[in-house]
Formats: sequence, structure tokens, C-alpha cells
Amino acid sequence: MKYIEEYRDADLTRKLLDDLRRAITRPWTLMEVCGGQTHSIIKTGLDQMLPEQIALIHGPGCPVCVTPLELIDKAIALASRPDVIFTSYGDMLRVPGSGRDLFAVKAAGGDVRIVYSPLDALEIAKANPQKIVVFFAIGFETTAPANAMAVVQAQAQKIPNFAVLVSHVTVPAAITALMESPDVRVDGFLAAGHVCTVMGTWEYEPLAEKYNIPIVVTGFEPVDILHGILDCVRALEASEHPVSNAYARAVTRDGNRPAQAVIQRVFEMTDRAWRGIGVIPMSGYKLRPEFAAFDAELRFPEVQAIETKESPLCISGLVLQGIKKPVECPAFGKQCTPQTPLGATMVSSEGACAAYYRYGRLGK
Amino acid sequence: MPEKINLLGWTCPVPLQNYPTIVMGHGAGGKMMSDLIEHLFAPAFDNPLLAQMGDATALDLPPGKAAFTTDSFVVSPLFFPGGDIGELAVNGTVNDLAMRGAKPLYLSAGFILEEGLAMDDLGRLVTSMAAAARAAGVQVATGDTKVVQKGHGDGLYINTSGIGVIPAGIEIGPEQARPGDVVLVSGTLGDHGIAIMSVREGLRFETEIRSDTAPLNGLVEAMINAAGGRRPPLPNSLHCLRDATRGGLSAVLNELAGVSKVGIEFDEKAVPLRPEVNAACEMLGLDPFYIANEGKLVAIVDKGAAEAVLEAMRKHVYGKDAALIGKVVEAHPGLVTARTTIGGMRVVDLPAGELLPRIC
Repeated sequence: MKYIEEYRDADLTRKLLDDLRRAITRPWTLMEVCGGQTHSIIKTGLDQMLPEQIALIHGPGCPVCVTPLELIDKAIALASRPDVIFTSYGDMLRVPGSGRDLFAVKAAGGDVRIVYSPLDALEIAKANPQKIVVFFAIGFETTAPANAMAVVQAQAQKIPNFAVLVSHVTVPAAITALMESPDVRVDGFLAAGHVCTVMGTWEYEPLAEKYNIPIVVTGFEPVDILHGILDCVRALEASEHPVSNAYARAVTRDGNRPAQAVIQRVFEMTDRAWRGIGVIPMSGYKLRPEFAAFDAELRFPEVQAIETKESPLCISGLVLQGIKKPVECPAFGKQCTPQTPLGATMVSSEGACAAYYRYGRLGK
Repeated sequence: MPEKINLLGWTCPVPLQNYPTIVMGHGAGGKMMSDLIEHLFAPAFDNPLLAQMGDATALDLPPGKAAFTTDSFVVSPLFFPGGDIGELAVNGTVNDLAMRGAKPLYLSAGFILEEGLAMDDLGRLVTSMAAAARAAGVQVATGDTKVVQKGHGDGLYINTSGIGVIPAGIEIGPEQARPGDVVLVSGTLGDHGIAIMSVREGLRFETEIRSDTAPLNGLVEAMINAAGGRRPPLPNSLHCLRDATRGGLSAVLNELAGVSKVGIEFDEKAVPLRPEVNAACEMLGLDPFYIANEGKLVAIVDKGAAEAVLEAMRKHVYGKDAALIGKVVEAHPGLVTARTTIGGMRVVDLPAGELLPRIC
């Protein structure tokens, strides 16, 4: 497949690994921000091919992992209502709330449907005027434009039975929070390529400057990721801290202006809780007041009262910040396994805990 | 593929035309039910065994060990690109028998019909089942019909059980894999699962991908002959066979590795994949090695016989894209690993539950 196979090429990978070995003189800890990158690293086995001096920390850029428990519980409460059709991206269904997951709601008779786009949820709303169709609008700046567009369309097409449960978060806020944390030791960031496709790279310039840390915009195929690591290591070895773009075929400095405009039109910045990490100030989006009619939390005010706490055993927040390794968790592999996850990092295939669980069985 | 009969050519015989849809009376044991049997099921599956019309059918079995299996089919939608639930219900059970090295002979067919199912759809599905049974060389020897109220089923469910006979000298089983063996697949993987997904609500996408549903007993017979399994005292070199249905390649290999207490390693690049299936998987964030197939098998074969078996597979209509994809190893018993496209290594685990499109 064009634009895929070239970036999964074994020869090119080998060459980049050689370059990396030549460039590196001491240990560096890099964080790949995005869950999609983690997934690719695990799926291709890239993590085991890197020079030993490179420690990769799987960052908080997995929307499945950072959506707070409270929101999952709200989603579960909404999905359980007989007057609601609850729609979501597929992998949110298995994330455990404090009691159960969305699959269990479906099994108990809730109308829970997987969609691939929020616009599909809008179509479901049109086809089911007697129900309120709620879409779980989660994710980073990547999914925000499409989710915003669905709200704009709902307003334009006068679809009153469509609502969104919003839990959007943003990458620069996460990087800031990580850099402000005294426990986090990250030497460089591989920024999330698809977020930057939308937002551009300009937002990262003040961060790199303020924290003296290189931020390399990185793609998702193994060759892209190696390219990002190599750029980051070269900058570190030269004691430089640029914002550089190792994903130039998709990302420009300005980003996608129309997409940014629709985000601006529909959302405004707000404080957001990140699962396992806590509230990060001004780290997410919420609907602007003029779109309040489409806010599921306002539509069903009773869910606003839901407040929940994490499993006291789960240390996924520390794992997401790279402070602890999954195997240092007392519940790892005991109370917490991919079949019985206590935290989201054990749920998705790219979750750090799930990855460790698998490789642990191989004795690595 | 055998020539498909024209499903649209099926027309409702006169007594059934009064009811364009299934009603509760079709399962009530009275005249309506016997009309359904007499004018739909019996002519479609036409064979002397059904003509016995007894509570149970008396069967003649050739010598050898009998193999017995059952499977239920609940796929939605009932008709999908490349097949339908009727054809699937025959091929699925035929394949389960074939994976034990058995020659499939007889099937039962149990129908659970939902009130309101279009009679025309039922007619097309039964006709399709009958055609699939003929193509696989099996007879539908007994059957049952129940009707459930509207809302209590998904149109129709089918259960088929099958009986076959394992010829003497065949020792195929999930515990037979040994270090040194090689892993073969009979063709492109993931076609069925992606074909179904392409027509599901919420994920609908345009594609030419068709389900690969097919009876594999002929292919297995060719493989057994090539492996020399029918001619003892030659060593029996066809060790394990599995059709890669739910859970796909990964579920099969994990199961074989677990039961045989061996490790299995395969090369991702060697696995045959249609570009359009690969593209759909990329788009949805799914792993093609976890996607269901309905006409593909995985074989674990003694290395010495691999070439002959592979050649026999490639000569067969359902094995023309067969490939050698990996090997059985002593290391990491119970675990399946893959050599990735970039030359890395990963663990290919069992899928945890339902396959979920990833958000990013």
C-alpha cells in the first residue's frame, strides 16, 4: 500500500537504527506523546530494536487512557437510559468505569452503538427522532474538528435530538503539566503527528523554549518514529532544543486553519481532569454557551452529580507520566490483567500496562 | 467456486404464498408447519434420508472413527457480500469436520425463525444452503424449525451439526504440533470479517471485498493425500488443521501453541493479504491477523512434507494462494510471535474480546 509500505521498510529501518547508534553517546529518555505511536512501536517490535541507551516512555496521548473515570461513569449512566442511543468510537466501550463498562450496559439492554465518525451518529439521530442520540466526544485535537463539525451540522440541520458528551483534551497542556511535575524525567518529546496536522507546530515553540527541551513532531509508521527519535537524539547530543518536524509530509507550521476555526467556533478552553493524573488547568475543550443545546451534561443534568474515584490499587497515572513502570504496580498481573483491567492503560493494545503484560510473558 | 445457482430464481410454492412472512403458526406443528417442510425444506434439501420423515434419521456410516460437531450461525446481516447465513451454516460445519481429517457426510439443520422474516428471504437462504450442501458433498439428514416472536431473534438463526468419518491412519489434532514443523495458510486472510464489517451499521464503507465462505473438505483431502497420511506405515505428516474463523489466525495459532505446548513464530510479510483488506484494517485500526475467515485453514505440517502439501494446496481452487508463513519452535511454549515488516518481533496475543476500531 502506497505511503504505508515505504514507511515499514526493513532496510530503511536498519539504516536509521545504524544512524541512531552512531549519533547516541549516552542514555536519553524520550516520551512519545501519542497512543497511536505507542501502538505502532509495540506492533512492529520497534521498542526492542532500539539502542539500549534509549528509554521510551509511553505518554498520556491515548484518549482511551486519559478520559477520566467520571466521564466514563457519566457515559454509562447516559447509555443506560431507555430514551438514549449512545454512540462512541469503538475502543471506549471496553474501558472500565467504576462499576462496569459500556459493553455491560449494552448487554443489559442499553442501546450502545459503535460509530466511526460523529457524523454517523448524526445520521442515527435523524433516523431516530424519538430518541436522544449522544455521541461520546473524546480525544485530542485530532478528533475535535470532526466532533465540532457534527455539532455545527446538528445546529444547521436543526437536529434537536443530538447531543455530545465532551471530554476533549489538548497536547500542549499535557506537556506543560509533565514538565512542571518534579517527578517526571523526560529529555525530549516526540509530539503527536496527527494532532499537529490539525494544530500545526507553532504552539510548541514557547514550550521548547521555556523548558529547554526538544520537541520533534513525529509520525506513526516505524520509519517515521525512528526519524523522530533520531532528530530528537541529535538535538539532545548537540544540547539544542528546537521544535522540529519529522512528519513534514503531513504537518505544516500553521496546521489546518479551517479545522482550527471549527474547533474555535464550537469549543472553548476549560480545566479538565485526566484519568490517573488529575485536573490540568485549561487542558481541554468544552462546548461554547451558544451550543449548550447539544451538551449532553446539560440535557441530562442528573449526570453532572456523578463523582467517582479510581481504584485505589491502580497507578496508571504514574505510569502515564513515566514515573513508575507497570511492573512496579502491586496489582499488575494479579488483580489487573487485560481481561480484568483496573485502569485504562491495561485496556487498549497500546496501553503501557497491557504491553508489559504481554512481553512479560516472553521473559523480556 | 462452484457454479452458484440463481437465488433470485426461487419462487414461493403456492401454499406458502398466502404468507409473505413467517408467522407464529409456522412453528406450531400444524398444517402451516408441514406446508413449510413439504414445500420448502424437503424439495430444497431433496434426499432419500429426509424422505424417511421420522423423528430421527437412520444413517449408514462407512468404517472408521465417527467425527461429530456442531455450530450455530447468528451473523447479521443475513445476506452479505460473497455469501449468506445459509451457505455459511453448511460450510462452517463441513469445515469443522474436515479439520479433524474427517470426510463430512451428514448435517442437521435447526432453524430459529423470527416472526416477520420474509418468506422470500427464507426461500433464498434455504436454497443457498442446499446448493452449499451439494457443493460440499453432504446430505442434510434431519432438521427442525422453531418460530420466535418478533423482537426475539435477528431474522433467523441456524444451527448445523455434522457427522463425518475419519479414515484409518489419520491423526490430526491440536496437540500434534512439534518443534520443527512449519505453518501453512490456505490463502488470503481477513476477507470474511472485513466483508461483514463493510455492511454493518456505523462502519459501512465501500469495498469490493467478498466473504471467502467455502467448503474446505476437498482441499483437506488433497492435503492428506499429498502428506501421505492415508498410506501407513508412511509417517503421518499432517499434524494440525484449523479453520481460521473467529479470532482469525491469531486465535488458531495461540490455541495450537497452548494445546501442543510449543512456541509458534510467523513472518508477517509471508501472510497473504488482499490489499483492500489490508487497507480496511489500516483505516479501522484493526489487525488483519485477528479477523475472521470462513474459507481458510491453518495447517501445521512436518517440514519434510511441507513442499508436497503446499503444492497440492495451490492446485486446489480453495488453496491457490496458500503460503508457508512460519514455524513451530521449542522456545516460549504457549506463545505466538511474529517477525514484523521492519524486522522486529512482537507477541501476537489472543484478542481480548470483540474487535474494536481504534480511535487513533
